[in-house]
This record gives sequence, structure tokens and C-alpha cells, in this order.
Amino acid sequence: MIDYLVTILLIAGIYAIFALGLNLEWGFTGLLNFGHVGFMAVGAYTTVLLSMNNGVPLLLSVLAGMVLAGLLGAFLGIPTLKLRADYLAIVTIGFSEILRYLLLNEEWLTNGPIGLCGFPRPFQDLVPIQSYNLFFLVVVLSVLVIIYSGIELLIRSPWGRVLKSIRENEEIATSLGKHVFSYKVQSLALGSMIAALAGSLLAFYLQYINPRNFMPIETFYAWIIVVLGGSGNNKGVLLGAVLFWGFFSGSRFAQEYLPLSPTQVGSMRVMFIGLMLIILMMFRPQGILGKKEELSLER
Amino acid sequence: MNADMLRVKGVSKSFGGIKAVDNCNLNVERKSIVGLIGPNGAGKSTLFEIITGFEQPDAGEVFFRNENVVGLPSFKIARQGLVRTFQIPQALNKMTVLENMMLGPQLQRGEKIWNVLLRWPQVKKEERAVREKALSVLDFFDLLPMADEYAGALSGGQKKLLSLARTLMTDPEMLLLDEPFAGVNPTLSKKLIGHIHELKEEGITFLIIEHGIPYIMELSDTVYVLNKGEIMTSGEPGDVISDRCVLEAYLGDTDAQGG
Ligand SMILES: Nc1ncnc2c1ncn2[C@@H]1O[C@H](COP(=O)(O)OP(=O)(O)OP(=O)(O)O)[C@@H](O)[C@H]1O
Ligand SMILES: [Mg+2]
Repeated sequence: MIDYLVTILLIAGIYAIFALGLNLEWGFTGLLNFGHVGFMAVGAYTTVLLSMNNGVPLLLSVLAGMVLAGLLGAFLGIPTLKLRADYLAIVTIGFSEILRYLLLNEEWLTNGPIGLCGFPRPFQDLVPIQSYNLFFLVVVLSVLVIIYSGIELLIRSPWGRVLKSIRENEEIATSLGKHVFSYKVQSLALGSMIAALAGSLLAFYLQYINPRNFMPIETFYAWIIVVLGGSGNNKGVLLGAVLFWGFFSGSRFAQEYLPLSPTQVGSMRVMFIGLMLIILMMFRPQGILGKKEELSLER
Repeated sequence: MNADMLRVKGVSKSFGGIKAVDNCNLNVERKSIVGLIGPNGAGKSTLFEIITGFEQPDAGEVFFRNENVVGLPSFKIARQGLVRTFQIPQALNKMTVLENMMLGPQLQRGEKIWNVLLRWPQVKKEERAVREKALSVLDFFDLLPMADEYAGALSGGQKKLLSLARTLMTDPEMLLLDEPFAGVNPTLSKKLIGHIHELKEEGITFLIIEHGIPYIMELSDTVYVLNKGEIMTSGEPGDVISDRCVLEAYLGDTDAQGG
């Protein structure tokens, strides 16, 4: 039972980090990123490939993944962030799918659909295998605390104030001398770095990665977590991640008691999540921790 | 060298078939208040958009302190001290009134991500000063009780006030105000006019679009009249207002003057 709880918290922690990156982009800057998972994949594969084949220290390979994802975020943002919001959505989802096909097909590098395993994990020689998950939970939660506090600090700073002003009204921000475009690029790059960090952690947790870990649905899990908790509310993201994965894993228990095949339970789960979102939108459209007053303030 | 703060030379702009601004020339002397009037759709707001870089002109030049600013991105024009407000009252709705104000000052240290992460004490200190200033400006505009409310909860008139107050936070050289008194009650408008005169004494230059003729009379050193995209006439407010053609343009009726 404890093992089970640890597993849920691990995955919820990793996805909380992942969704915090999206919340920075969407909740605070108003950027529509539909390819967040692509940056997660960049983090996971970069970390694994560097540490496994080239013996690069783990911490360095995690940082390398983050830097690469940040650069890619900026690279995608520069041509699109001057255009209407939906262009970024199209380009990012395209990017994440192209990347997944590259990972599937460039077998010499990524081992294609079979994926990669047997790569090093942090402190694997020091921590006994039976308690590794518990140890890794501590690692994930520490990273989560750092990322959460860092983002909170940033969004309460004048820098974050500019981001919020862009979310609210770009023209006003511009009229006050703010370089809107540059802040959007920064937000997207930083959000992508955070996604990459979550990707590295996911790889360590899974011990085995393949392109199927990075399907577009993962991006929408992050969106569900953000919307569930309340866009622009980092505490809400934490709560959303726990609720989402709690439910997701809990529904596996249901399988034992329901006369359904695993595939059917999988489909039921997705249906049920959809239903929950519809109910949420009807009764608490601002998300669980979102502020009600803000809804009436839309332009 | 020219003493004018702003010189608009031969500026034209069409939207499809409509000539919104047609070969406009306009000068604003340093430390003066210039009024810009004209009927609805005359092209006043469009001229503002062009001056502040929000729209590109089809032809013509705009000199701000003797530098041609046409083609410069609008945020850079604002950083040079040429700051505008919008005709439609707009606010950063899901930010508090105080946050709206604190966004104003340009090139704040804490607007750079590295400074936030590495020089927090300095950022914090600057932030305190910005806050003090914001509160005192809000007080002047009778908005202090609203400081912690969402800006989206303000009335249209209050949003107008807030946008004017916010531009003052930028330490502007010159302000372009698009109908600053629309929706603001007469008492407060009077107070604002007094304050605009004070700000002029402190060295700020103004170009103001306003439909309220009495306000324009009280405020301006010079008035320009725009009609169908063209500057029809300009001069002292008293002379311009009594101009027959101006009345005609405004009221579409020559007899109005006599009546
Ligand atoms: N972005 C735009 N696209 C198309 N037409 C425009 C645009 N902006 C302005 N126009 C047109 O240009 C003309 C001038 O509009 P403008 O807003 O400058 O008038 P105005 O003098 O500010 O009027 P008002 O006193 O009603 O505010 C109008 O005919 C308007 O329809
Ligand atoms: Mg107008």
C-alpha cells in the first residue's frame, strides 16, 4: 500500500512540475502551448543519451536537456509569438509530433520504438533498490519545492507583473514601454526548461523510455491539471496534479471489481475524466482554487 | 534645431478605401498643451496610433525631439518618453489597481529575470519606492480606496482615470491623451485640468483629443481641427472655436453659428 502511495505521489510530483511550466506560459502569460510534451521528451532523451552513451554526469545531462528545451522553445517562439495566439498552438503541437516521429525513426540514436533502458539513475549505487522509489520521491518533491518557490518568486516580481500585463492586454503593456515579444519568448523558454526537467525525472522514474511515453495526450493531462486547479494558480496546479493522478491510478483498482477488460477500463477512465471536466466547468469554471471574481472580469 | 517636441509632417494613412489621415501636419511646442478636435471618424485616434508606432503611416514623418520615430517599435517610442492612452477605457482587469500602477515605471530592475533571481534586495527596495509613488498618484486621482481591487471592477470613468494615472508612473516627456475626460465626472475633470496645467509647468508636453469644447478651451495653448483626415485649421482655442468652418464640420450646419 505504501509502495502504491509512493508511486502515485511520484508521478503526481513529476506532473506537477510539468504542469507548473505550462501554467507559467498559459496561466500567467496567456500563451497557448499545445506541444508541451515535446519539451518533456527533449529533457528525457537528452538526459538519457548523454549519461548513458557519453558518461556525462547526471546533473549535467539534466541541465543540458533543460538548456536544449529552452533554446527550442525560443526557436519556436521567435517566428510565432508576434502572430496571433493560435499560431503558437499549431506550431507547438506540430513540433511535439515531429519530434516523436523523429524519436521513432532515428533508430541509430534513439533505438526507435523499442526505446532506451539500462541508463543510470541518480545515486543508484548508494540507495538500496527496495527503497529507491521512496528515495526518488524525496528527490522529486525537493525539485518540486524549488521550482514552485522559484516560479512564485518570479511571478510576484516586476518581471511577473509584466507577464501578467501581457496576459491581460498586450497593447497596454506595449504602450508602457514593455517589450512584449521578449517576455513571451522568455516565458515560453522557461516553461519549456521546466518541462524538460520533468522529462528527466520521468525517465529516472520509469527506467525505460520510448516515444510512446510522449504522446500528445500527455500535454492535455498537463492542461487538465492546470484547468482543474485553476489557471494562474500554482497551488491549484499542485492540487490538480494529486487529484488527477489519484483518480487515474485509483481507477485501476476499479478494474478488479468491474466486469470489464483493461482496454474498456482505459476508455472508461478517459470518459470519466471528460465528464468530471464538464461538471467542473458547470459548477466551478475557475478551477478548484481559482478565484470566482476573476471570471466576471474577462474582457 | 527645432524647439518643437513633436512634429508631424505630411502623414497619410488609408484603411482600404478610407483615407483616415490625409497629409497631416502638426507641431507641438515643448511644454505646451495642444488640443486635437474634430467630428467622429475624423482620424484623430488614427493619428495617435501613427505617432506612437501602433500603426505605420503610408507616407510622412513623425519627429519626436528631432528624431524620426516612424518605423520604431511602439514600445521603444514609449521608452523615449512619448506615452499614450487609449480612447476605449481599458485596464489590466485581473490585476489590482495598484499592480496596474506599479507596471508603469520603465526599465525597472526587477523586470529583468536575472535581477529577480540574483539581486532580490535591490529589486525589493526599488519595488517599495514604486509602490509609494503609485499610492500617492492614486490618492490624487481619488482612486486610493480602490488600490487593492481588481482593475476590472472599476467603472468606465475610473478606468480612464487609472490609465491617465498609470502613464504618469512612466515619467513621460510627452503625453498623448485620447478623450481623457470621457465618462469622468465634471468635478474631477476640473481637478484633472488643474493637474494637467501643473504637469505642464513641471515640463510635460501634452497632445489631447477631446470632444468637450469647454475642456479644450480651458486646457489648450493651441488647437488643431481634423476633419475627414485633413487638418482643417489650427490656432488659439478662442479663434478656432469661433471659426465658421469648424462649427460647420462639427454640426454639419452653417446656420448653427447664428442660431
Ligand atoms: N484599424 C482600422 N481598420 C479600418 N478602418 C479604420 C481602422 N482604424 C480606424 N479606421 C477608420 O478610420 C477613420 C478614422 O477613425 P478614427 O478612430 O481615427 O476617428 P476619430 O477621429 O478618433 O473618431 P472618434 O472621435 O469617434 O474617436 C474611421 O472611418 C475609421 O472607421
Ligand atoms: Mg477616436
